[in-house]
Amino acid sequence: MKKFLGLLMCAVMVMCMAGCGKTASGTAQAGILVMATNAEFPPYEFHEGDQIVGIDAEIAAAIAEKMGCELQIEDIAFDSIIPEVSSGKADMGMAGMTVTEDRKVNVDFSDTYAIARQVVIVREGSGITSLDDLEGLTIGVQQGTTGDIYATEEFGDDKIERYAKGMEAVQALSQGKIDAVIIDNEPARVFVTENEGLIILDEAYADEEYAIAVRKGNTELLNQINAALAELKADGTLDAIVAKYITAE
Amino acid sequence: MFEDFRQQFYLNFVSEDRWHYLANGLLVTLKLTFFAVLLGLLIGFTIAFIRNVHDNTGKLKILNFICNLYLTVIRGTPVVVQLMIIYFVIFGSVRIDKALTAILAFGINSGAYQAEIFRSGIQSIPRGQMEAGRSLGFSYFQTMTKIIMPQALKNVIPTLLNEVITLLKETSVAGYIALEDLTKGGDIIRSRTYSAFMPLIAVGLIYLVMVLILERFVKMIERRLNKNDKR
Repeated sequence: MKKFLGLLMCAVMVMCMAGCGKTASGTAQAGILVMATNAEFPPYEFHEGDQIVGIDAEIAAAIAEKMGCELQIEDIAFDSIIPEVSSGKADMGMAGMTVTEDRKVNVDFSDTYAIARQVVIVREGSGITSLDDLEGLTIGVQQGTTGDIYATEEFGDDKIERYAKGMEAVQALSQGKIDAVIIDNEPARVFVTENEGLIILDEAYADEEYAIAVRKGNTELLNQINAALAELKADGTLDAIVAKYITAE
Repeated sequence: MFEDFRQQFYLNFVSEDRWHYLANGLLVTLKLTFFAVLLGLLIGFTIAFIRNVHDNTGKLKILNFICNLYLTVIRGTPVVVQLMIIYFVIFGSVRIDKALTAILAFGINSGAYQAEIFRSGIQSIPRGQMEAGRSLGFSYFQTMTKIIMPQALKNVIPTLLNEVITLLKETSVAGYIALEDLTKGGDIIRSRTYSAFMPLIAVGLIYLVMVLILERFVKMIERRLNKNDKR
């Protein structure tokens, strides 16, 4: 038993040292690039079979390939992604994450790789037609998302219900427990097609940009990611990946 | 180091009145625990009584079957699953107060454990006392209520209080249905400040202090109850 434990410890240590972004200099060398995400966010990241797929997952895989690393995806709660990155448990956080000032204090962000909007989902025939109608209603969000942060500021704590997953907020909406859900545009479209009787308001709640989060001060990894992103943008891979998951309206 | 600590403290609790999340959460946690324990007491006592009557007299067969089924299902599944089933399945299409849902879920869950605690209490009283009571002309129910129950209750009070402590900690999963209890309060702070240390340690400490207070209470009651025992 002791021998086995010893072996296990050795294996763990070797794996730690080989970790892609975790070498002494912070450089991503041949090894593993650990990406933290919340795989409940279609089409950016979601479980399919025993794999996590989606726009972010594929972009991350392309970046890892450019860097000569193997990509490893970790699925955790959205509000734990930044702590995971800033404590070095993951090399980068990629989860349809919007750049905000508060987040910038804790992590560094790469260049933007996607534009997104926060939209409002309501029940069909609920009479809610514009953002002004939301005043005083109960609004569901995914905890820690920009939708949560903006809505809390605007409508106040009492009116916001924070679910761990966007899907649960949508479920609560279609069951009539809440009046509206504020969430990112693309997942919203998936949720609405999968749940009957829900619609998205035409008026967007907010516009924002997605970027990749890395540990503060890890400029080497950040530069590598930015370089890879620029290459992917230039050769059209980025657009191809997005087009694969999002069909134009 | 200390300056950093102070800043973190300020960021996590003072700025934007974030401590409100913890304070309100604490109230919700206490409310949940209190009412769930009461509901659990009611359920637990009833079930223990039914099962005991069945064991001794062979009556109440159907009720006993239902009780056994309840105990098996509730004790065989995690409380967080039960909570979500009640919120998303049983009250699937109604707008119901979330605190009430959680009280129901935790109460029903705790009831199963309290039932077993009561039953063990009743069984801890020697059979001879029941026989003595019956031979003195008491009916079964008279013997139960006048002789067995008072002693059994006294025996189970410390164990019941321990169940309260367990339940207090179990309510920490209430966040799964977007109910803002103490744990969720800490989680919300964490999702705003992105620091793990302060909110988690604070939440942990608050639970610990509550449990310590309850434990003192258990010890005090145990001492009082043992006063008359010349064992």
